[in-house]
Amino acid sequence: MNLAGRIALAVVIGVLAWATGARAEQRFPPPEFESDYQMPAMTTPPPRALVWQYIDVGVLAVALGVAVWLVHRKRSRTGVLVLSVLSLIYFGFYRTGCICPIGAPQNVLFGLLNPNYAVPWPVVGLFVLPVVVALFAGRAFCAGVCPHGALQDLVLLKPVQVPLWLERGLSLVPFLFLGAGLAFAATGSIFLICKLDPFVPLFRRHGPTWSLLLGAAFLLVGTVVGRPFCRFICPYGALLRLAAMVTKWRVRVTPDLCTQCKLCEQSCPFGALRQPSSGTPDPRTLPVERRRLLALLLLWPALIAVGAWIGAHLTVPASRLHPTVRLAEFYLEHKKHPKQYPIQSPEALSLLRAEQTWPELQAAALQLRHRIGLSMKLFGGWAGLVVGAGLIGLAVRRSRTDYEPDSGACLACARCFESCPQELLRRGVPIPLPTAASAAQPQSVVANLPTAAQTTNR
Amino acid sequence: MTPASPPNPPVSRRAFLRDGVRLGAMTGLGALLGLASTRSKAKPGYVWQIDPNKCVRCGNCATACVLKPSAVKCVQAYPICGYCELCTGYFVPEPNALTTAAENQVCPTAAIRRRFIEEPYYEYSIDEELCIGCGRCVEGCTRFGNGSFYLQIRHDRCLNCNECSIARVCAGDAIHRVPASQPYFIKTTAHE
Repeated sequence: MNLAGRIALAVVIGVLAWATGARAEQRFPPPEFESDYQMPAMTTPPPRALVWQYIDVGVLAVALGVAVWLVHRKRSRTGVLVLSVLSLIYFGFYRTGCICPIGAPQNVLFGLLNPNYAVPWPVVGLFVLPVVVALFAGRAFCAGVCPHGALQDLVLLKPVQVPLWLERGLSLVPFLFLGAGLAFAATGSIFLICKLDPFVPLFRRHGPTWSLLLGAAFLLVGTVVGRPFCRFICPYGALLRLAAMVTKWRVRVTPDLCTQCKLCEQSCPFGALRQPSSGTPDPRTLPVERRRLLALLLLWPALIAVGAWIGAHLTVPASRLHPTVRLAEFYLEHKKHPKQYPIQSPEALSLLRAEQTWPELQAAALQLRHRIGLSMKLFGGWAGLVVGAGLIGLAVRRSRTDYEPDSGACLACARCFESCPQELLRRGVPIPLPTAASAAQPQSVVANLPTAAQTTNR
Repeated sequence: MTPASPPNPPVSRRAFLRDGVRLGAMTGLGALLGLASTRSKAKPGYVWQIDPNKCVRCGNCATACVLKPSAVKCVQAYPICGYCELCTGYFVPEPNALTTAAENQVCPTAAIRRRFIEEPYYEYSIDEELCIGCGRCVEGCTRFGNGSFYLQIRHDRCLNCNECSIARVCAGDAIHRVPASQPYFIKTTAHE
């Protein structure tokens, strides 16, 4: 059938559907009651009042302020823990984790690109506040405000160190996830970050089985690997990591002089504290390292181009995440291989809708696929950029001579403060004496500490 | 107490770059806020709702919602209800008898209450605690009756997810964001 015929058929079917739809109402005249029957009104329970959304943003702002104060001024692990539990109760179990800053980048981008959707102010606030705080005071949001982080922090029983290569490799995933989430949100396909969130179903105590199982799996892994979601998945964490890299006031193990005692080395369960590099580069390996860096820098544009190329080839499967494109494909597939669906089933009704609106549907699906192709190319390029940046990050020499948390990776949990003898001295906290078991080990640094503590206490 | 790292040229260069990037990021966020403010005027927020004119009663509302039972419930628009004795939303086709016996009812959870008003009129109301939002009564009422039963997302239950799980699978593409100030579609008669 040619296009004109199709349009004519669609118009006829549309008119018929409209006519039957119109006739569907008022087939039977409403009765005129003789008794004094009072017609009940339809109840319309209102949605949660808007003012509560502003209160949520207010609570977020206050919690962020308290978190910054606890991390930078009070320097108290207990305080951060208490705050994070309170946040878990309020943002997690009371507000059921929606809408949260983690998904907010999608809303902001979708709102900027979609004229029919204006981002509500509270969402913009949720999105912007933690980033601004991270730009000045590190990831205080991750430390004490995010319910996802708090939940994982509570289940962390016996942290193991993730090998450096795995840590660095996996910490690229959040950037890829952020890119994917934004690429799909920009085209209105799916809010991937919300869809795959493992903890919101736990907060709601409702949700699809796979989602609840995913949450349980993250919590299970989280008993030995510190905050696996925050470090290796969370897309908002990726944004905060970028912001915290250039933070004005870094989170430090101690504001005093680092004595290189290495006591804090094992205290970070999130792999943010690594051994400092040696002060001077080795002249024998330096030329090799320089050549490697140069090669990687030259490879970077190629990686981006390859990423974009792969992204372009993923357009067709990726576009199926958009309901409109999926329906159009389903309809075409049905035309090719007709299959009988039960009447009134979702499939049959979807096909009927596709049949009735085919010209518009086809046009919309084609346009969407074009847009999704563009966004997938951008996403592929972004993936190449991220992988290249990760490789270059490995090849660049870090001139860090003290034990200091990596400001991007540090979640500001304040655990390392407790392990630093300088810090304990400064705060006048008695330093725990080594037990018989630990004293038996040849740890001269530990053995020296009590004397230092006793001198100050006197 | 002095800071750990004494100021030397490489550190100050790094600090300069950091300050520059931070300033750039703040400018970007400021631009974002400005852009958002031009868009966000007088649109205070959104909630999800079903357009009854597009709803095709596919039954996904009962199964796809993150809540069990679903936040979608059948509502009764009393002004357009015919108060029929043989309600096609209440009774199965060719019922044994026009009684409230379970085998005569369309509703799988007996969530519709049938109450005698006066000869020959009966009032049909929905018990939302029992309703699962399957839309079978809506199908019967819309196809053969006045269409006074229709599905709506009830906002005392809806969690207002960032992306509605039902909207993603809705066969009629009937679920969209609506302004939170007008969270329901109210069906009324033409002559009202």
